[in-house]
Amino acid sequence: MLELSHVHKVYRVGAFGAGTMRAVRDVSLVVRPGEVVSLIGESGSGKSTLGKMVLGLTKPTQGTITFEGNDVTRLRGFGAKKEYYRHVQGVFQDPFSSFNPIFKADRVFEMIRTSYFPAISDAAWRAKVLDVVGTVRLDPDNVLNKYPHQLSGGQLQRLLIARALLLDIRLLVADEIISMLDASTRIDVLNLLADLKERGLGILFVTHDLSLGNYVSDRSVILRKGAIAEMGPTRRVFENPLHPYSRHLLSCVPQLHRTWAEVDAELAANPPEDVELPTVAEGDDSAPLVEAEEGHFVGIDQR
Amino acid sequence: MSNVAGAPGADAATPAEPVAERGRSEILHFAGRNPKLLIGAGVVLTLLLTGLIGPLFVDHGPNEYIGPKNQPPSGEYWLGTTSFGQDIWAQFVYGLRSTFMIGALGGGIAFLLGTTIGFLAGYKGGIVDEILNLITNVVLVLPTLVVLIVAVSYLQVEGLLVQGLFIGLTSWPWAARAVRSQALTLANRDYVDLARLSGRRTWRIITSEIAPNMSSYLMMSFILLFGGAILIAAGLDFIGLGPAGGVSLGLMLESSMQWSALQLGLWWWFIPPGAGITAIVGSMYILNVGLDEVFNPKLREL
Repeated sequence: MLELSHVHKVYRVGAFGAGTMRAVRDVSLVVRPGEVVSLIGESGSGKSTLGKMVLGLTKPTQGTITFEGNDVTRLRGFGAKKEYYRHVQGVFQDPFSSFNPIFKADRVFEMIRTSYFPAISDAAWRAKVLDVVGTVRLDPDNVLNKYPHQLSGGQLQRLLIARALLLDIRLLVADEIISMLDASTRIDVLNLLADLKERGLGILFVTHDLSLGNYVSDRSVILRKGAIAEMGPTRRVFENPLHPYSRHLLSCVPQLHRTWAEVDAELAANPPEDVELPTVAEGDDSAPLVEAEEGHFVGIDQR
Repeated sequence: MSNVAGAPGADAATPAEPVAERGRSEILHFAGRNPKLLIGAGVVLTLLLTGLIGPLFVDHGPNEYIGPKNQPPSGEYWLGTTSFGQDIWAQFVYGLRSTFMIGALGGGIAFLLGTTIGFLAGYKGGIVDEILNLITNVVLVLPTLVVLIVAVSYLQVEGLLVQGLFIGLTSWPWAARAVRSQALTLANRDYVDLARLSGRRTWRIITSEIAPNMSSYLMMSFILLFGGAILIAAGLDFIGLGPAGGVSLGLMLESSMQWSALQLGLWWWFIPPGAGITAIVGSMYILNVGLDEVFNPKLREL
């Protein structure tokens, strides 16, 4: 459904754009219908940039992003983009900054109505809104006709998901949507994503939290410095990490029943089998992947 | 504020409207208690009304020679007469009118240009920003007064409209820069991206997402441009490049200087226009500071 092929994003930095910063390096990945793909990485690994490129908010420097056969990067004109957003929507990290503070929160629904459903009657629209608000398990009386500052982060985040559901979406880009929520609302939103997956939506789940990635996704992509370090079915990636960076990352997850020293000692006692990592020549911008086992890819090691 | 209206789980029947009203009445509350705002607005409105209504009670043209020469202010000629026997009160009220006209015209054109260019540059970014920024910087470093003098003296059209147009076309750059920097920060907010995902056109996003968030800022830019346009027009009039055959506070100053009002002790000739310009622009700036205090909670004196 969504296919990224050798996507690069280079930012020009410094005075007169003299220097360059490669935010995304040679990323290729696929999201299929009914599948949750986690993009996992630390701050600055390029995961949010990837999400923005899929949403057409920034253009890749190189490479193609295709959605159902159409090249997203080559969408020309306002009409084509609008049609694209009918099927692909995003929810952003910070629910408080996703709402214009001077308007009521349900204005995000009105914007969808005026753009995509100009002819619908008030009653039909009201029913539609109540339906999606119910889908995200919110009480309409509590959330409609309120200002953003009157609602909690979890409520706002779910309103944003409800807004996306008003459209006939097939792909949802969820950019760190759980990071700002407290633990109890987290699980609600995660379960909601699982429901959406059941409906056949593809979800690109951007996160820096390994346990969330593990909980929700079918496949995981671990990014480092803009390139894919490891990609594969979530279970295999988490049980048998092959890339040194993913091993390091996973060993950093705090565990309730063991201390760091115990974890380190165990890792030292039975060092994992090494995998031949792909290498690239100096000055080569590509980032090839090697298939270590079925569907499980390992990428280059960047210092 | 002990009960937080609409907090999660709060009484669902609590209507949300009072918050909007509270925001508005809060602004009014502080506006009514801000002496700078009240004094500034009072002076500007008084002068505006004088300029609008005053000419209706003057039954002769401002430049007609109607009375005795060199008369000091009296019951018949409130502000005295010039050395040609023109009524200075008539000139003053007509001059106020054209001064406000030039402020609205020049300031308005500059405001439209500046905000349009600033918003486009700040929102679009990239190459659009670079080009617009280049143009802005070029116009910014032009010696505006010299360009105005050259343009006004070579193009033999010296109407109020043309003068306003010239002032508008040369004084927009700082407004464009200020609006651009504000728009730059606002354009990166998530709700702007969300509006793009909602299939909104660029123009709708700028006018309905970004501009409302900086409305007080825009209002103050307009006031400053308005005052600036009045000053530039007065300067042009004073050096003899004002609208020919018209009357304005600057032209009054110019003719009083030309006919040695200062040396002859005809203080009633040059003080009213000078004080008028100073009062309009000065009280506008005070009004501006007052507005700033009203809109910006950090500056409020509680």
